[in-house]
This record gives sequence, C-alpha cells and structure tokens, in this order.
Amino acid sequence: MKSISIIGAGPAGIEAATVLASQGITVHLFERTASPMKNVADKAFLFPNFAPATDIVEAMGKKLLNNNIVQHLDTDIVAIARQDGGWKLSDARGESHYTDIVIMATGYEPFDAHRKEELGYGIYSGVITSLEMEKMIRYQRVENSMGERPKRVVFLQCVGSRDEKSGNHYCSKVCCVTAVKQAIELKRQLPDVDAYIFYMDLRMWGQHFEELYRSSQQEYGVRFVRGRISEASGTFDGRVQIKAEDTLMGLPLKLTTDLLVLMVGMEASQGTRRLGSACGICGEYGFAQSVDPHLRDNFTAADGVFVCGACKRPMSINDVVNDGRSAALAVLECLGH
Amino acid sequence: MNKFGFAISQGRQLNFDEMKSDKADRLLEVEPSYKWCIGCGGCTASCSAAGFTDFNIRRIHTAFIRGQYDGLEEKLRRCMLCGKCLLVCPRGVNTRSLIINMRRLLHD
Repeated sequence: MKSISIIGAGPAGIEAATVLASQGITVHLFERTASPMKNVADKAFLFPNFAPATDIVEAMGKKLLNNNIVQHLDTDIVAIARQDGGWKLSDARGESHYTDIVIMATGYEPFDAHRKEELGYGIYSGVITSLEMEKMIRYQRVENSMGERPKRVVFLQCVGSRDEKSGNHYCSKVCCVTAVKQAIELKRQLPDVDAYIFYMDLRMWGQHFEELYRSSQQEYGVRFVRGRISEASGTFDGRVQIKAEDTLMGLPLKLTTDLLVLMVGMEASQGTRRLGSACGICGEYGFAQSVDPHLRDNFTAADGVFVCGACKRPMSINDVVNDGRSAALAVLECLGH
Repeated sequence: MNKFGFAISQGRQLNFDEMKSDKADRLLEVEPSYKWCIGCGGCTASCSAAGFTDFNIRRIHTAFIRGQYDGLEEKLRRCMLCGKCLLVCPRGVNTRSLIINMRRLLHD
C-alpha cells in the first residue's frame, strides 16, 4: 500500500484527507501551525451567505476525527526531496517523513500591505488591512485609531493585486466581494457609519455575489467610487486623508476618513514557494503549477505530487474545498481505485 | 433655414465609425505601455497640477486615444513632468513619456 501525505491542514488539505480516509486509506496530515483551519478561523462570516466562519471551522474539525487521518500539528515541512521512488519530507525540527504520494495544500499568504508605502499602512494607525477589519467585525469592535466609533470607513480594492509595482499582475479574486461583505457587516453593526468602496473594476463572479453588491447599495447605502486611491496621509486629528480620481466625474477627489481598509490580495505562501521550487512545480508568482488547468488541475509534473487549493492560485473557500475533494479523487485514480 | 424657429444640432455623441486614429496609433507605437491602461485614475489622483487646474491626465490621454485632439495641446502645457503619476500607475504605464509624446504628436 502506498503511503500518502498531505501538507497543509486548511480546507483543501482536510477535505482531501477526509475523502481518502473514507475509502479506508491512512493519510498523514501535516500542519505548520498548532491548529488546523487557521486562515478561516480568523474570519467572521463567509460570503455570500454570511455563514459564521466558526461553523465551517467546527464542521471541518469534526471531519478530522477519523482514525485514518494521522495529524501532525506544529510540523512545518520545510523541504521535499526525491528518495527511493518516493519523497522525503523534512520538518523544521529536522525529522524526516517518507511518503510515496504528496498532496500539496500549502495555501496562500495575505499580501504584506507595508509594501505599498504610499497607502500609509504601518505609518498611520487609521490605515488597516481587510484581515484586521475582519477581526474587528468578528469581535464587534470596529474602532478608529483612538478607540472611538468611526463615522466613516473607506475600503480600497486591489492592494497588491493587479499591480505592476508589487509585481502581482493577477486578480486575487476574493477581495471585491469581501469588501462588499465587510461593508454590509459594518453597516449592520454601525448603521450610521459612512461606507465607501473605491474600485477599479468590481468582479462579482460567483453565485449571489452580484445580488450582494446590489443589496449593499439598496439596503445598506454603501457608496461606490470608481477610482484607485493613489496615496493616503495622516491628518492632525488622527484620521486619514486619501486622494483618488472620481473617474466617472473626471475630477480628482480628496476625502477624510476614520479608517482606510486595504483589501489585501493573496500571494503564494512561503511553504508553497519553497516546496513548489524543491519539486520543480513552482509556477507563476510562486504559485504551484498543475499540469493542465482544465483537465488535470490536481496533477503536477512531479511524479506522485498532487496540488489543491489556494497554493495554485487565489481561490474562495468553497472552491478550495471542492478542489481538495478533486485532488483526493486524482490520487484514488492514480492508486487504481 | 430658420423658418420653423429651431435649428438642427450637431450630434454630440462620439462617432466611433469616423474616429481619427492617426495620432492615437502613432502614440501606441512610440509608447506601447499605454495599451495596458485600465483607466483607474491613479495618475490624475496623484497629479500635482490636477488639484489646481483643469489638467486631468486620464481624461486627456483617453480623449487622445479616441481621436478627440481639440484643446489638448493647450491643456498638456500644464503638466510639469514631475512623474508622480508614473510612480502610482498600477499597470506600469510610462505616463511621463506618454505626455511628452502626446505633446510632440499634437505639434507635428
């Protein structure tokens, strides 16, 4: 019987493990951090149906209670190398794990907003990232830099995505709808707040996303401005002044806000880059490369290495779960099941 | 002609069928990075002149590419070529070279 290791216990890795385990196959699931589903656990609600993230984390956690899934938490796989027709995985503690088949589910990392210095992240306390806003919403503590209730919140799309200057030409796919979702949550918690979303294009690609966008305008009064914010500066009273062009008016605009929320994009995680390079499947922007995006999207050029989830490209949680499932089926196919 | 007390106005819509594209085509040849523009307005937002004059670089280069050259030469004089627009452009368009080349082509 061939041995199977899955690297990364996010939604993709767990789903893949579950499917294989249900077929009576033992899988080893490696996770860098102390608990699975870390990226999802930081969220408040998930688009488009406002499912509490805790429900998803709990449900995925239950799937792990399976004797065929051997969890290795706090085990950061830092290297992968070919050995005896299989693969040798080395963790950060220097221990080795031998396996025939690897499923990479090493995921993404949020874009580091410090890299867009002109937007003032890390310089002005009123500038935060979408992840920080998500936490504020989750704990119902949306506050400005002085710990007060904000009167105005501005969301800026495409921070670190579709951006030549940060080297990421691609669209991160989830930020458009995330800003709409967060603006709605914000208005539910603080109905008097002024919410603005600055965008270049709004990409409501998924089921119910367009309806969510419509409802944000119709029921919550979220305002949309088509223009990219070029710079943010601090005001004497601890707020943030932004500059953009209102491209539909054809005029430059300035606006002062209590909070500027940078919708940070997705980049390949360090693990994805490192392991992808080590087994020769590192693709564009450091994401892992499958053989074919249409027909063999879980297979790779490296023998016995499969890929799933956001280590391949920016993906939403529901797509990631499906992709984990699909990778497990690819492995079963390979095992002759 | 004015027998009925009204005149027929000239059409105000952009006529894409009769668009003059000679200079616009030349502009794309000498500064091909302009093809990547998505009209986000970052250039105008960062512009030192835009806040004080009616110089709006995004509108100017959009008008130019649509063959609407009237009045652009005068407007383009307001640019001080500071290059801030170049720093913020998410698509990496060489906006400064774009301005210099628009000035040159309008003069030709």
